[in-house]
Amino acid sequence: MRIVVPIKAVPDLVEEIELTSDETDIDREFLKFVVSEWDAQALEEALLVKDACGAEVVAVGLASDPDIDQALYTAIAKGADAAVRLTGGAADSVLTSDRAALLAGYLATEPADLVITGVQASDDLDGQLPPMLAAYLRQPHVSVVVGVVATADGVTVRQEFAGGRVHELAVRLPAVVGIQAARQAPRYAPITRIRQAMQAGGVREVAAEPAPAGQAPAVRRMYRPEQTSHAQMLTGSADDVAEAIAGLLRDRGLVKG
Amino acid sequence: MTRNVLVLAEHDGKQIAESTYELIGAARGLAAAMGGQAEVALLGPRDLAGQLGGADVVVSVEHQALAQYLPQACELALLAVLAQRSPRLVLMSSATPGLDLGAAISVHWQAPLAPNVAAIEVAGDTIVATAQILGGKILAELELPGERAVATVTGGAFPAAAGRGEGPPEVVEIAPPAGLDDLAMSLAAVSEPQGGDVDITTAELLVSVGRGIESQDNVELVQELGDVLGVPLSASRPVVDAGWLPKSRQVGKSGLKVKPKAYLAFGISGAPEHLEGMRDAELIIACNTDATAPIFDIAHYGTTVDLFDLVPALTEKLSQ
Ligand SMILES: Cc1cc2nc3c(=O)[nH]c(=O)nc-3n(C[C@H](O)[C@H](O)[C@H](O)COP(=O)(O)OP(=O)(O)OC[C@H]3O[C@@H](n4cnc5c(N)ncnc54)[C@H](O)[C@@H]3O)c2cc1C
Ligand SMILES: Nc1ncnc2c1ncn2[C@@H]1O[C@H](COP(=O)(O)O)[C@@H](O)[C@H]1O
Repeated sequence: MRIVVPIKAVPDLVEEIELTSDETDIDREFLKFVVSEWDAQALEEALLVKDACGAEVVAVGLASDPDIDQALYTAIAKGADAAVRLTGGAADSVLTSDRAALLAGYLATEPADLVITGVQASDDLDGQLPPMLAAYLRQPHVSVVVGVVATADGVTVRQEFAGGRVHELAVRLPAVVGIQAARQAPRYAPITRIRQAMQAGGVREVAAEPAPAGQAPAVRRMYRPEQTSHAQMLTGSADDVAEAIAGLLRDRGLVKG
Repeated sequence: MTRNVLVLAEHDGKQIAESTYELIGAARGLAAAMGGQAEVALLGPRDLAGQLGGADVVVSVEHQALAQYLPQACELALLAVLAQRSPRLVLMSSATPGLDLGAAISVHWQAPLAPNVAAIEVAGDTIVATAQILGGKILAELELPGERAVATVTGGAFPAAAGRGEGPPEVVEIAPPAGLDDLAMSLAAVSEPQGGDVDITTAELLVSVGRGIESQDNVELVQELGDVLGVPLSASRPVVDAGWLPKSRQVGKSGLKVKPKAYLAFGISGAPEHLEGMRDAELIIACNTDATAPIFDIAHYGTTVDLFDLVPALTEKLSQ
């Protein structure tokens, strides 16, 4: 079984996000980028399928994503069999529709039995990748998945609903799966192994012909949430703040004394 | 093309989800502004239509593959509904059905999609949706021009009361599309979440911990605070996914909704999916070293003091 795992670099949310001067996009220039946390979960789940039944796992990134090589080599260090850096089309677009179209073009030439990718990315503006990619590929899809197990005639996936209810679905391949969480926390790749992968140079660059992309909304403006209801900030030393919080709880009769 | 707004009903085969009423309320307002009506696509048991009195019309597709949510079946049935009803706008909740179907419907029905929508309005011939992006740190105002559009809406964005209504609505039946008899997937089993050792939904006070805690060992630190207060620990999703606390402690969209008298959040950023589960707490006190964390937009009190300094200090204060 060939499993393709598309991964995306997204802004690290720990950083303060600035907007461009026309306020229709975020300013990417000084941002730190990290692999989307749900794509990291997707890679882990793909590797778990490989561990269980010997699948071939291929990580795929878009060449224009910041620091994507580092992410691809990390995927190899974790156990991916190969990695692909995609060029072509609107490869520098942040829109899911353009990214899905390029990935669909790639998958038309190097098909996968199973695509496993993150349920969403924090910067999705026009929809989530798994259902959109599946639509371009005309394949079935299941998203918000918390487990994938290979079976004799396909995969069994666990799809999660509000409150933690889970549906177990039997799915024929090919198919696209969107991962909410892997069955275990993503494995760790030692830095020495990432360096080894980089020295071996296993990332292959592929130029893909994008499928025709669908429609996307137009951004009018971006802004920070109104700060009108902002919290009253408690300042001072940890001790001062602890005293203030203890007071708030005591006032409401939530602690003794 | 009509000027109607169509809501995808979410259900578990027996009960219509709360989020559906929120969407029907929104649909009524938007449809009124456009001069159309609020319709609901009910894919599954037709007798659930009785719970949808808030809609002008319920469009019903019944088939055994639709008894409970099944992605491919729902997608084909919804496309059949859209082909017949031609709404101006489709609303889905950005829970599992919306995350799973929204973007595929956008491709097959050839309509732009706005995800994670927190507000939506009609401006002339254009629909303008406000999407929460980057974990709620930024809002993006998106224009959905043209003849048709799809929006997936964040839970809690609209009041559910406005979507409830008395009496049975008009029901329009649509024949199930042929594809439903030949699907690439089937539902094998349904499992309900395991009850936990404690019920966080009944606690008056919750001490909640997020990814800022960094490791399982550090959870112990917050546990000491919980012990002193005599309350259970709750958590954001990543803490549960990492296996540091059981699923029964998860607050949020895919966890539990809580409404304690006070909610203490340590190292939680306040992503929309988390806020969905705790925004109705009477008092929210948040500790986060990032002054721009969205949790501060809904917290009553906040502090940027490091949790590793604050938690021990608070534990000490409260054990005196
Ligand atoms: C379909 C779906 C369902 C979801 N359901 C849920 C759900 O039910 N519940 C849920 O919580 N999430 C849910 N999520 C995930 C959600 O999108 C966020 O990823 C998650 O809520 C983030 O958790 P967090 O705030 O703990 O982590 P992060 O967003 O990583 O935030 C950690 C915070 O800790 C702060 N911090 C770091 N160190 C310190 C320190 N020393 N002291 C103080 N602060 C510190 C950081 O500034 C940061 O803001 C869902 C996502 C999807 C796609
Ligand atoms: N979700 C879907 N899954 C499989 N086939 C589809 C889906 N949506 C549309 N089709 C089929 O694809 C063909 C073209 O659809 P469209 O591009 O949406 O006009 C038609 O034969 C549809 O029945």
